[in-house]
Amino acid sequence: MPEPVRGPVREVAVVAFGQSAHVPDSAETSEVEMLMPVLHDVLAQTGLKARDIDFTCSGSSDYLAGRAFSFTMALDGVGAWPPIAESHVEMDGAWALYEAWVKILTGEADTALVYAYGKSSPGDLREVLTRQLDPYYVAPLWPDSVALAALQAQALFDAGHTDARELAAIGARSRGDRPGAAPGRQVVGPLRTGDCPPVVDGAAAVVLAAGDTARRLTARPAWIRGLDHRIEAHALGVRDLTDSPSTRLAAERAGAFEAPVQLAELHAPFTSQEVVLRRALRLDAPGSTVRINPSGGALAANPMMAAGLIRLGAAAAAVQRGEADRALAHATSGPCLQQNLVAVLEGER
Amino acid sequence: MSNAATAKEPVAVVGVGQTKHVAARRDVSIAGLVREAAQRALADAELGWGDIDAVVIGKAPDFFEGVMMPELYLADALGAVGKPMLRVHTAGSVGGSTALVATHLVAARVHRTVLTLAFEKQSESNAMWGLSLPIPFQQPLLAGAGGFFAPHVRAYLRRTGAPDAIGSLVAYKDRRNALKNPYAHLHEHDLTLEKVQSSPMLWDPIRYSETCPSSDGACAMVLTDRTGAARAPHPPAWVHGGAMRSEPTLFAGKDFVSPQAGKDCAADVYRQAGITDPRRQIDAVEMYVPFSWYEPMWLENLGFAAEGEGWKLTESGVTGLDGDLPVNPSGGVLSTNPIGASGMLRFAEAALQVRGRAGEHQIDGARRALGHAYGGGSQFFSMWLVGAEAPTT
Repeated sequence: MPEPVRGPVREVAVVAFGQSAHVPDSAETSEVEMLMPVLHDVLAQTGLKARDIDFTCSGSSDYLAGRAFSFTMALDGVGAWPPIAESHVEMDGAWALYEAWVKILTGEADTALVYAYGKSSPGDLREVLTRQLDPYYVAPLWPDSVALAALQAQALFDAGHTDARELAAIGARSRGDRPGAAPGRQVVGPLRTGDCPPVVDGAAAVVLAAGDTARRLTARPAWIRGLDHRIEAHALGVRDLTDSPSTRLAAERAGAFEAPVQLAELHAPFTSQEVVLRRALRLDAPGSTVRINPSGGALAANPMMAAGLIRLGAAAAAVQRGEADRALAHATSGPCLQQNLVAVLEGER
Repeated sequence: MSNAATAKEPVAVVGVGQTKHVAARRDVSIAGLVREAAQRALADAELGWGDIDAVVIGKAPDFFEGVMMPELYLADALGAVGKPMLRVHTAGSVGGSTALVATHLVAARVHRTVLTLAFEKQSESNAMWGLSLPIPFQQPLLAGAGGFFAPHVRAYLRRTGAPDAIGSLVAYKDRRNALKNPYAHLHEHDLTLEKVQSSPMLWDPIRYSETCPSSDGACAMVLTDRTGAARAPHPPAWVHGGAMRSEPTLFAGKDFVSPQAGKDCAADVYRQAGITDPRRQIDAVEMYVPFSWYEPMWLENLGFAAEGEGWKLTESGVTGLDGDLPVNPSGGVLSTNPIGASGMLRFAEAALQVRGRAGEHQIDGARRALGHAYGGGSQFFSMWLVGAEAPTT
């Protein structure tokens, strides 16, 4: 592959982050009702009105809502009048943030509103996610998301990369349980309930701004020093499930290895996936003091299509609060960590 | 918006590829379909998969094929393994939006050469079913797209006093143009104006022959920077302006005949491209016309005609292949409609025109062309203006 990078030329920062309460079932709440308080929250943090935003981008998936064009109505929650410059990715909102970041880099926008939402409650999430597999050869077999993650976990066990005790400790730390808490019943071996994410509905939003605009909007912007994402082959049979080369490559391109980070927000819906990500991101160095997922991560709340954006938002918020000067955020998409995004965030130097 | 700290990188279209559009491509999988278009775009650019830094893919709802987030499954087929891959979805405007997101990657100097692709393989599923899943709280589309848009066409007729015949003129013109486009879905050699006018009335005033078909197809483009353009084997099309605009589908006071988002989007593109008189300065238009009456409606919305005057351009032949503002020389959406790809086809056909590579439907001397797409209930708009010359700013 040719070396494309001549370096982004504008400074872009996260200046606000907000998220909803994540609940198991939001049958009484529409997507717009779920989103509006979050959107109002991030705009209030910056003092901006919807009309001040140069570009808006969202992430969601029709398959969760069970309806085509489900995102079109959600736009009503933004207040899209007069008409706004707006786009949408049918992906986790982390990739919407990526699109918005690129838009700001072109100079065509100074500010961007990014939001994401997902309601898993209308369907059976494990069955719904089987529909994102190869439609001719794999999806007809209905292998569900937990079974595929269990396959990955077993490969990690077999390779000697982890064991049940380490996974239980990751689960307990993520949920804030006492160390040694019971990992729960087995769901699909070797994964237990404590290794699996809760199925919840929720939404999140971020405001991005360039350069001096960011400095004006907030006391301490969380500067995006690097942002990259990579995808791997889809078929599980051609991937080494114990490794995540796409995460490593994205991290390299984002400059994650150029200096140590103090905090990492990893989008690992299963405990076993945190093991893979920590290795790929070199967070396991002896004596490492990197704080991993102080937010609790996806094991504490995993609203589909928003959980990746929440990792970016949570890492940025920690930088904004002064809890870290340099933080890493990661988002994933697809079965067994197929697609991965890495961002490096820093406070003002 | 600010003056950028640095000027954007100029973006060039150096490769265009599309499939022969048909009702059902039973000979290929979804992966086979998209790969065919991508390989044609690469061949046009004389580039290999290894020259591509990133892939940006778009399509309309996942329910149309029944595959959730198909970019995951398509990563291998599109040579994206180890690369960034983005998936855009902005309803019917998605093909255009996808091309613009790819353009931004090059303009921002994040990547040098980007493959962008849009597709729909409607035969895998049933689009009407895909559009009709009812869920709580939200307005159902009920009668499909035609039922939604017909009342707005009637509003246009009432507002402008346009004669009833205009819609059939557009359909007849576009279907005749399609005969010159080997990739177009409908090739109706024996079509006459009388046949269009006597085709069954579906949603008054929209007749059967004034509606788009349902197609399987894909469209791909290779976008690159100034250095890449210098190496290109064929003349590039340069992006002079591009924009997206959205407004709510339903609200009191929305002008469904000429939505503000469409006007604003066009004005933004013209400002970027230095267009002050679109009617005179633009040589060809590829416009998203899924129902024939949308040609006169969009002529007004895009600033080619004063309000109420669009139908007169159509009636006088201005928008014909030999008119001075040819609209849809490719045959347009009325002849080919793989929904998710239809917007990118408009953008790509505009690029082919200014590259002088549109074959039999080439407009002589086309230097500047507009590609236009819209989606939702006239909610989402995306457009670009491409030129034969590199932008000066």
